[in-house]
Amino acid sequence: MTEALEDRARALRAQAVWIAAGRGQGYIGQALGTADLMACLFFDEGRRFDGDDPDRDRFVLSPGHYALSLYAVLAEQGRLPIELLRTYGMDGSDIEESPLEGLTGFEITGGSLAQGLSQALGIALGKELRGDGGTVFCLISDGELQEGQTWEAVLAAASRAPSNLVVLLDRNGRQVDGPTEDINPLEPVADKLVAFGLATRVLDGHDVAAIQEGLEWAEAQDGPAILVCETELGHGVDAIRDAAYPHYVRADPEFWEDATRRLDSEVSA
Amino acid sequence: MKATMDTQADLRRAPFGALLTELGERRDDVVVLAADLARYVDILDYADRHPDRFLQMGMSEQNTVGVASGLAKTGHLPVVVTYGVFLTRRAYDQVAMALATGPTRVLLVGFMPGITTPFRATHQAIDDVALMRALPHMQVIDPADAVDMAAGLEAAAEHEGPTYMRAFRGVQEPLERIEGDLDATLLAEGSEAAFVSTGLGSQWAAAARAELERSGVSVAHLHVPRLKPLAADALAEFCAGHDHVVCVENHTRAGGLFEAIAAALAERGVGVRLTHAGIPDSWPPSGGQDHIREVLGLDATALARLATAKEDR
Repeated sequence: MTEALEDRARALRAQAVWIAAGRGQGYIGQALGTADLMACLFFDEGRRFDGDDPDRDRFVLSPGHYALSLYAVLAEQGRLPIELLRTYGMDGSDIEESPLEGLTGFEITGGSLAQGLSQALGIALGKELRGDGGTVFCLISDGELQEGQTWEAVLAAASRAPSNLVVLLDRNGRQVDGPTEDINPLEPVADKLVAFGLATRVLDGHDVAAIQEGLEWAEAQDGPAILVCETELGHGVDAIRDAAYPHYVRADPEFWEDATRRLDSEVSA
Repeated sequence: MKATMDTQADLRRAPFGALLTELGERRDDVVVLAADLARYVDILDYADRHPDRFLQMGMSEQNTVGVASGLAKTGHLPVVVTYGVFLTRRAYDQVAMALATGPTRVLLVGFMPGITTPFRATHQAIDDVALMRALPHMQVIDPADAVDMAAGLEAAAEHEGPTYMRAFRGVQEPLERIEGDLDATLLAEGSEAAFVSTGLGSQWAAAARAELERSGVSVAHLHVPRLKPLAADALAEFCAGHDHVVCVENHTRAGGLFEAIAAALAERGVGVRLTHAGIPDSWPPSGGQDHIREVLGLDATALARLATAKEDR
């Protein structure tokens, strides 16, 4: 299964680049950086996010700018047509760079940062109240740890202790104005989360086996668990990873064609 | 110790609390969230009866609003009850994003509206209605008594989106009504002066009306509990029947009932002199409600004088 998920991660990267290439720009660094996490979350066996069964799993995307990560998943799952997804960010398109809740796959409005974890906690508590099954997975970014609401939510999650809440923290170390540790340092992140009372594990966010194992561990906890996933923006496409500003890339068609060609050759290899 | 027990008993007889408890009995999808202050917003009775559907979140308005949104997303009817200032100012972005974009059905209840507390600026919610009215999909209700609060709870449960309702502690005498509903309720018919009002402003205007009626002046009075969506046609029609209308509200001039009516009149080409009687563009003074009303010219005598004045102050 691990190899299949690694293939899936490569496919997600190719989808993300292909979608961003439609308009020639987008939040590609995050999509490439989280592709391994998304592959494990959405394509491993046993989880089901679609449909309206109250027992289904839920995915809450807190940083709305990571929409491209989820669009790649929706393309790979066939839940939204690729032609539609390729209108990403275009005038009049429903495939917004940071969409509002209600679009297929988007449980919340996530563009104003640090609002996802509270809502994921509410969904988890709501499921418990109703006796519904399923796990709530919430992806948050490390920059969101600078917002007070994140810590309000962590404090409440630890005390309410729903056993159906798993948080994936994308610890890419970067924010708009530079490295997080230069802007408003976050370390020691794991120690802080442990002190707040969350079951915490640090892992390599590009090691598919480690992510799989981490998710299983997190789902088995009695209370909420958080995986601190150390990632690299733009992982998998050197030209994006090494860009001066990998958060948002705006480039000419040749750049995207070259990235697509490289990723496609990896996918088919 | 006896005094404390009596105080507790009084708290538990509060009208909003009683209505909320009743709603909780009737609907098992209700979940009430507190951000501390539960004892001051009259929800301890509900909490006692439905501990499984009561979440004490502590002082964390932003998180509390987010959790409420998540609860709504699993089919519950969340009711967040705390002070209006904290709910609308501290959690504004959360209310806008987590509730108003969906839109998501959540009831926000803000206590201590306007000048109902002596803690100037920090606890007096003088701008809450304006903030909430500005948000798409938000329903806004400013009740004058328990009748309005009961209707407001019903309207919130039916609304496909968030509702902000003001609430207050203690029993207000119910307004005497001729006819109407949450949109517009006619309290009195008359021809020599006219009030249009909302929330506790309707209680203040009713007191002024009583003074005028004692002096033989005939006064019309329309009470408007629901400020959004606004019954603009009914309001314009009422105002068009008078030369001068005094708008009484427990809120600043900016973004409250006064400006809403002014816009409705302007859009319909109704040229009626409209006078604002509410909180001016400044932080109200500290003190008891009667004191503040006197300072701001909102006591019955001042309002009566305003309603019969030939020109604006």
